[in-house]
Amino acid sequence: MRITFPYMGHSHWVFRQLLSELGHEPIVPPRPTKRTLDYGTRYAPEFACIPFKVLLGSYLEAIELGAEAVVTTGGVGPCRAGYYAPLHQRILADLGYDLDFIVLEPPLRNLKDFYRQLRKLFPPRIGIGKLLGILSRAWVKLNAIDYLERLSHQIRPRELEPGRTTKVFEQCLELLGAATTVSEMKAAREEGRRLLAEIPVDREKELLKIGIIGEIYVVLEPFINHNVQILLEEMGVLADRSIYLADWVRGNALIPGEKDIKRAARPYLKELVGGHGLNSIGETVLYARRGFDGVVQLAPFACIPEIVAKSIIPAVSSILDIPVLTLFLDEQTGVAGIKTRLEAFVDLLWQKKRKGAGAQWKQVTLA
Amino acid sequence: METIGIPRALAYYAYYPFWKTVMATLGRELVESGATTKAILDEGISEACTDLCVPIKIFFGHVAELKGRVDKIFVPRLVNVSQGDTFCPKFLGLPDMVRYGMKDLPPLFAPRVDLRKKVRGWVNLARMVADAFDSSIISVLQGLEKGKRVQAAYENLLLQGFTPKEAMEILETGQKGKVSDPGKEQVGTIALLGYPYSLYDDFLNGNLLSRLRALGVKVLTPEMVPEKVLYTKIRSLPKGLFWHFSNRVLGAGLYYLREVQIDGIVHVSNFACGPDAMVNKLLELEAKKHSCPFLTIGLDEHTGQAGIHTRLEAFVDMVRWRRQRACE
Repeated sequence: MRITFPYMGHSHWVFRQLLSELGHEPIVPPRPTKRTLDYGTRYAPEFACIPFKVLLGSYLEAIELGAEAVVTTGGVGPCRAGYYAPLHQRILADLGYDLDFIVLEPPLRNLKDFYRQLRKLFPPRIGIGKLLGILSRAWVKLNAIDYLERLSHQIRPRELEPGRTTKVFEQCLELLGAATTVSEMKAAREEGRRLLAEIPVDREKELLKIGIIGEIYVVLEPFINHNVQILLEEMGVLADRSIYLADWVRGNALIPGEKDIKRAARPYLKELVGGHGLNSIGETVLYARRGFDGVVQLAPFACIPEIVAKSIIPAVSSILDIPVLTLFLDEQTGVAGIKTRLEAFVDLLWQKKRKGAGAQWKQVTLA
Repeated sequence: METIGIPRALAYYAYYPFWKTVMATLGRELVESGATTKAILDEGISEACTDLCVPIKIFFGHVAELKGRVDKIFVPRLVNVSQGDTFCPKFLGLPDMVRYGMKDLPPLFAPRVDLRKKVRGWVNLARMVADAFDSSIISVLQGLEKGKRVQAAYENLLLQGFTPKEAMEILETGQKGKVSDPGKEQVGTIALLGYPYSLYDDFLNGNLLSRLRALGVKVLTPEMVPEKVLYTKIRSLPKGLFWHFSNRVLGAGLYYLREVQIDGIVHVSNFACGPDAMVNKLLELEAKKHSCPFLTIGLDEHTGQAGIHTRLEAFVDMVRWRRQRACE
């Protein structure tokens, strides 16, 4: 089957490999562009969140490339992402495209359905050993990508030649992408580590520490967040991102995790509100405890859970004395606007840091 | 007597008679805030986070209005009421948003209403109410039972076509003789779909309901369909929505389109309402399938009555012409 999947950050390297090892032809949607978003905004509801629009656009682009099916995740709400698949399917059907949706719902909700969906993906006769091999190779690759990305974020704020780290990291992804066996992946990971370590850096440079929190898709997809993390790092900020895909899979799909985050959020928000709403509060608390200088919250415009979080964050921010900048992102957001706001935020944080504690900071709000 | 203030917004329109009765049996008085006004809206806008939808901002405004004249303010955390679906995240986080968003508030009475597990859900609720008011759990359970009976009577009146305001009046005064007036069907029948807090807050929607009736339209709302029927429609979908009020609206849309002769649908939505982005598109596609005229009215802080009325009149004219053409 010619199968496509949601495009998010660097994860396509992993899905591509997984699908082709399962005997399908992966249709990798093009990296989202203005065109993707134009497609999406044309057919999506006006107030659908930006990930919905980008995905709709990239499904349409994948259809142009010959996709016959989509594999994606479901959800039980109350975040809207859990309803993406049925609505995407209906909108595409209305446009005359009959795309097969393979939706992986949380297995515990309906085991039979989960199995039926998985069966569509797996070849008819496959040994459990072979299957585990395929899954573990995908897992190794995902972890290797995250490892190298983390490393790049350590190095970029200190690089002497601007833009060098980004170039080298692209190279690392190519290396990893080409690796198919576990030993090749390990070699590629090692090679990538060596390449990144060779980048000339200023070890003495004083850095600000900023945490990046928010909704998973806009945090992971640079096209939507306009490379916020890299922009910050190029301003001399050590930017720590709260979400990496491998950690997220480990904490949400394999074993229940993130307990510390939920516990930290508890005094401020006593209910799961779907999506990453509770996480955004918990992570702000944890960044404050870890002595970070500030936090940047990224959220899709009209994202319900993040709006709930944003309504409460000013209290967290003033009680724990940690400045928070919220950026709501949509199809109108431009990189210049983001950059200006980040520069101003970074300036403020430097002033606060140099003056020492004591100044009272309010949350900065930007539409 | 201790007074508990209830903001006349959001779930007020759905459950007020229930809570009024419960509080009365506990010897407390439930005090409503006044009907929404410009001042209440403005207060809400200045208190609430900018990105919130206007019904939540109005809720904040009503909380501010009650401040200073009641002993406690009732801000329930509605999680689940019956059908296995939950409420919009903004309802789930409501007490926390109010608590951290507003200053100088009296204590909040914020019970967590989660009736997914029937018996245990009600007992938990009773315990929370008993703790908040220092009463015995038995008397609270009795109060809840009584509340349920009044609520059933209230919902029955809504089914007959009374608006929440009319139904509350009838319950209050015990008037029986009144007949509901769903509007004479001179022009046609229109399904008016939307959340109770959008349809029945006359300030927010610019008297939309009475305007439609005045135009000679018979108006059908989600409140006029039994919940059981609504949810049969939802279960006929490959996947239901997650949010209670949204499922009610969508279920009503499906019901009216499939089983009742209607001439059009007016969907009343709020600017940047998350669930409505989904509901609206599903309704639109379904209406298209049934070739039923479909109008969306989006409400926000700046909505003017004239704009709404012009669009309603145009829509009703169109409905009339369609009917005339069909007769010719």
